[in-house]
Amino acid sequence: MAASGAGTSRAVHGAGDALQRRQRGAAGHLSTAYLLIYNVVMTAGWLVIAVVLVREYLAKGTYHGLYYSIEKPLKFFQTGAVLEILHCAVGIVPSSVVLTGFQVMSRVFLTWAVTHGVREVQNEDSVLLFVVAWTVTEIVRYSFYTFSLLNHLPYFVKWARYTFFIVLYPMGVTGELLTIYASLPHVQRTGLYSLTLPNKYNFSFDYHTFLILTMVSYIPLFPQLYFHMLRQRRKILGRPEQYGKVE
Amino acid sequence: MDALALEAALPKRAAPPPVILPPVPVKRPKPAKKAKKAVVFFEVEILDAKTKDKLCFLDKVRPPPRVLTSCRLCLSTDPQWYPARQSIRLDPKGKSLKDEDVLQQLPVGTTATFYFRDLGAQISWVTVFLTEYTGPLIIYLLFYFRVPFIYAPKYDFTTSKHWVVHLACMCHSFHYVKRLLETLFVHRFSHGTMPLRNIFKNCTYYWGFAAWMAYYINHPLYTPPMYGEQQVTIALMIFLFCQIGNFSIHIALRNLRPPGSKTRKIPYPTKNPFTWVFLLVSCPNYTYELGSWLGFTMMTQCLPVAFFTFVGFVQMTVWAKGKHRSYLKEFRDYPTLRSPILPFIL
Repeated sequence: MAASGAGTSRAVHGAGDALQRRQRGAAGHLSTAYLLIYNVVMTAGWLVIAVVLVREYLAKGTYHGLYYSIEKPLKFFQTGAVLEILHCAVGIVPSSVVLTGFQVMSRVFLTWAVTHGVREVQNEDSVLLFVVAWTVTEIVRYSFYTFSLLNHLPYFVKWARYTFFIVLYPMGVTGELLTIYASLPHVQRTGLYSLTLPNKYNFSFDYHTFLILTMVSYIPLFPQLYFHMLRQRRKILGRPEQYGKVE
Repeated sequence: MDALALEAALPKRAAPPPVILPPVPVKRPKPAKKAKKAVVFFEVEILDAKTKDKLCFLDKVRPPPRVLTSCRLCLSTDPQWYPARQSIRLDPKGKSLKDEDVLQQLPVGTTATFYFRDLGAQISWVTVFLTEYTGPLIIYLLFYFRVPFIYAPKYDFTTSKHWVVHLACMCHSFHYVKRLLETLFVHRFSHGTMPLRNIFKNCTYYWGFAAWMAYYINHPLYTPPMYGEQQVTIALMIFLFCQIGNFSIHIALRNLRPPGSKTRKIPYPTKNPFTWVFLLVSCPNYTYELGSWLGFTMMTQCLPVAFFTFVGFVQMTVWAKGKHRSYLKEFRDYPTLRSPILPFIL
């Protein structure tokens, strides 16, 4: 599902030894610098994917087969997002490890275990649907983090982050579900990632059933995440009257 | 504040002591009543921890006040707030006061403000334990006897041809029967209740894993352990050893606490050799439990069992570390050689 982590906030340095404060201050600056680099690199990476997509579409005149033109950068930058779980675990980003882990791993799952693993779906248009959704979302999200770290967040970026998802979320989910659905017959035919009895581990796993269960899990999960984002939007962007703006 | 306690304890023949104004909050409904004799009355107001609404007001609370009992009675006028779900505390985000706490020893003036937090619907520990342990017992047996609709129809009500499967069933059943009996006759619980939603969480965990393990162990296509009888025999020894060990620890812990009390003491090794592991470990009951399940994993050579052992180990380590930390906090002379769950390692 489209990953939308919580916004960053600054860690408050508690009162204490002057030296400790300076040490923590230095560590804080270091982690801010690192996060800045990380977010800039990710923004750049997804921008590259966006540019290549547009360029190839204009060159070929069709959506078909566009996946192959961005396959490598997509895998690289989407997998790189696993670092974000580490950021939460170490504490330089104040988000929940579990939530971030879940979001990142669901993306990684779709990238590797479905799209890469089942070669036959790579030609499907549904792949483009979620790739475009992810690309736009990630460009906005990483810019948002970059600007927040620099303490200069343009209203447009904040607005985009909390508005684009309204279309991109359902778009991405549709693409993901259609892709998983398209992979089902191929998985069943080849027995991909599956283990049958008897074997010495006394364990079995049916990837086909697992994919179906994954699709079903979207039903309770997607509305929860979507409405959470809508609530966040109302809270952060507020009502038009609050800003004295005329709509 | 000590002066107040002192004031209250002064014998009657002393001259009326100078009135010491306690630090009272500015917004008060009534002024603190001044004592006519050398007895100080307390007032207690109970606010909701979240909304700060005034829920109850007790005046003329005589020391030594069983204040908490009075508070609980007052709050129980709302029938859905039975005592087990009332958390009364000095600070909205602080720890709950215990029934034994005496008002005079708390850092309050003569007008005490307590905060009430609803802990949600509660259920007794005994109920939860009995339910969560009976499930695996029955579920495993359903798979063992190959009740219909689990495996292919031709296997209904058949029995496995591997003797290790029968042994595994006996061990698994023994384990849960032991747990049920311990819940009824051995354990002395510190808390009476836990939140109601825990029963759903716990039962899902125990029942779910029991079904998952039992499905594979009792499967018609089950593969017996690689090293055959040797592997199973050693595994059985480990399992039995750890079951006895675990039981010994439970008995030792029970004997630390007189019936009906909630005292806490440092556990020490007893005459029973199985308790000597207390020298090295704070929570040997968890150590032995891990050992039992490792034995069971070796006996059945089944990946779901290994998984269950691992998840249980992670959870027990979290509990053991917490218990170890609270031992260290509570007892100055706590033995330094002890680790939470694994000697010298964890």
